[in-house]
Amino acid sequence: MAKITYIEHDGTQHVIDVKTGLSVMEGAVKNNIPGIDADCGGACACATCHVYVDAAWKDKTGTPSSMEESMLDFAENVEPTSRLSCQIKVSDELEGLVVRMPESQH
Amino acid sequence: MQPQDSKVVIVGAGHGGGLAAAYLRQYDHTGLIVLIGEEPIAPYQRPPLSKAWLKGEADAESLKLKPDSWYAENNVDLRLSTVVSEINRGARTVILSSGEVIGYDHLIIATGARARALPIPGADLNGVLELRTAADAERLKAAIGPGKKLAVIGGGYVGLESAASGRALGAHVMVIERESRLLARVACEVLSSFFQSYHEKQGVAFELGASVEALEGKDGHITGVRLADGRLIECDAALVGVGAVPNEELARDAGLECTNGVVVDLDARTSDPHVFAIGDVTHRPLPLYERNFRLESVPNALDQAKHAASAIMGRAQPAPEAPWFWSDQYDLKLQIAGIPFDADAILVRGDVASAKFAVFHLKGDLVQAVEAVNAPPEFMMGRRLLEHRTPVSREKLADTTISMKEVAV
Ligand SMILES: Cc1cc2nc3c(=O)[nH]c(=O)nc-3n(C[C@H](O)[C@H](O)[C@H](O)COP(=O)(O)OP(=O)(O)OC[C@H]3O[C@@H](n4cnc5c(N)ncnc54)[C@H](O)[C@@H]3O)c2cc1C
Ligand code: FES
Repeated sequence: MAKITYIEHDGTQHVIDVKTGLSVMEGAVKNNIPGIDADCGGACACATCHVYVDAAWKDKTGTPSSMEESMLDFAENVEPTSRLSCQIKVSDELEGLVVRMPESQH
Repeated sequence: MQPQDSKVVIVGAGHGGGLAAAYLRQYDHTGLIVLIGEEPIAPYQRPPLSKAWLKGEADAESLKLKPDSWYAENNVDLRLSTVVSEINRGARTVILSSGEVIGYDHLIIATGARARALPIPGADLNGVLELRTAADAERLKAAIGPGKKLAVIGGGYVGLESAASGRALGAHVMVIERESRLLARVACEVLSSFFQSYHEKQGVAFELGASVEALEGKDGHITGVRLADGRLIECDAALVGVGAVPNEELARDAGLECTNGVVVDLDARTSDPHVFAIGDVTHRPLPLYERNFRLESVPNALDQAKHAASAIMGRAQPAPEAPWFWSDQYDLKLQIAGIPFDADAILVRGDVASAKFAVFHLKGDLVQAVEAVNAPPEFMMGRRLLEHRTPVSREKLADTTISMKEVAV
C-alpha cells in the first residue's frame, strides 16, 4: 500500500491509498479521478495515462521501457518528468508519491 | 428538471455501459443511474481475455473497470444477471425479463455485440468455444493446457491473439481461415503476410482458403474440424472467432432506426432524443471519412460514452478523435489509427523483416490510416497527422532517417 497524491491540472488534489501491485494509473482510474483516461487499460498503447512525476521520485519510479519512451516522445505536453502511469507499479517504496496530470490526455 | 438530476438507465453493463456511468459521475451528474447487465460480474475489460489474462498474466480483479464498492458509493444501482427484454419509449420505461418496470429520463443502450455463430453441424458439441465474455475465457483457458490441440476457426484479431496465448501455454494451434489471407476484413496484405509468418515461426499452423463443413465429435465432445475438401483437422477444442453481430434487437423492436447497428449521431443519440446508444452496438458517423460505420473497439466505446454523458449533461463535446485499435501478440504490439477508406496508395515505412514497421494508407498527401508494428512514433504521429488532416511528403515518410516529426510538408 502507498499513499499517492494525484494533482489535476487545475490544482485539485486527490490523496489515495493504492494497493501494492496495481499501477499508478489503476489507482486513479479505479477511484474515478479525472485527468487519467487510460484508453488502452494499461497496454502501453495509448499514452492517455500521461503524468508528471515529481523529480524527487524519479529513481524510485524506475526507468521507462523503450516502448514507453518512444510513446512519450510523441505525446503532447511532454516534459522531462513525463511518465505513462500504467507503467509505474505501486510498492511500499512509493509511499508519498506525487504525480501531476497534464491539461489534456488527447 | 436540471440535467444533473435526470434518471439515467443504462442497458448493458459492459465496457461502454460502465464508462458511461463513470463519466456521468465525473461530469457531476447526481441523479440515479441504473446500470443493468446480463453478465454476473460488474463491468470489466475484454481485451485481456485473449491476451494477458488468458496467459495468466492478469487476474480477474485487475480486469474490472471499477472496484465492486464503487457502484453503491456513487449511487449507481448495478443490477447484474439481469436482462432487459423490452424498451417502451412511449412510457419511457424498460421492462426486465422478471417483469419489473424501470422508468427513465434518459436511456443509454450499450448492449454490445455477440460472437457470430457458425451455422454448421456439430456447433453445439462440448469443446466448441467462443470468446466474448469472462465466462467464455474461463472455458477457453481450461481447454488449452500443454500438448492440447486447439483449432481456431477464423483468422481475425481474437483468433490470432488466442493462438498466440495458446502457444504461450504450450498448446498446438491450427488456425483455419476461409479467406486466402489472415485479418482479411481488418488489415492490409502486408500485415496479413507478416502476421502469418510470425505466427508460423512460433509454431502455429494455418489452413487458408479453407471452408469448414462440420464439427465432429465423440460422446458429445468435439474431436475434429471437417473441411470442405474432406480432410479432418483433429482437435481437443475449437475456438470459433468469425466476427461479431450487434445486439440491436431491443432497439429495433422499440422502433429505433438500425442498419448493422443502432443509428446514432455525434452525440450518440438515436432517432429518439431521450435514447442514446454507445459502443459495438452502434452505427455511427465518422466525420473524418464522411460516412457511417460500426466499430468494435474500446476507444470507440469510450469516445461514445463521453458523447452520451456530455449530451445528457449539456456539456460541450470533446474534440473528435480518429478511431484506433491495438492488438498484442507475442512480443508484437500492433497499433492502428484510422480506417483505410478511399486510400489510393500504401506506403511501408521501416523494415518488415525486423518486425518494426508501419503501413501508411494515403489519399493523395493525406494519411487515411496507419498500421504500426512495434512502431509507436509512426502510430502516435500518424494518428495526429490524420486527425488534423495534415498533408505529408511521401518521400520523407518512406525515409526512416527522417523523424516522424518532420514528415509533414
Ligand atoms: C477477446 C476480445 C478481445 C478484444 N481486444 C480488444 C483490443 O485489444 N482493443 C480494443 O480496442 N478492443 C478489443 N475488443 C473489443 C472491445 O472489448 C469491445 O469493443 C468493447 O467491449 C465494446 O463495449 P460495449 O459496451 O459496446 O460492449 P460489451 O463490452 O460487449 O458490453 C455489452 C454488455 O451488454 C450486455 N447485454 C446485452 N444485451 C443485454 C440485455 N438485453 N440486457 C442486459 N444486458 C445486456 C452484455 O451481456 C454485455 O455485458 C476485444 C473484444 C474481445 C471479445
Ligand atoms: S493506459 Fe494506455 S498507455 Fe497507459
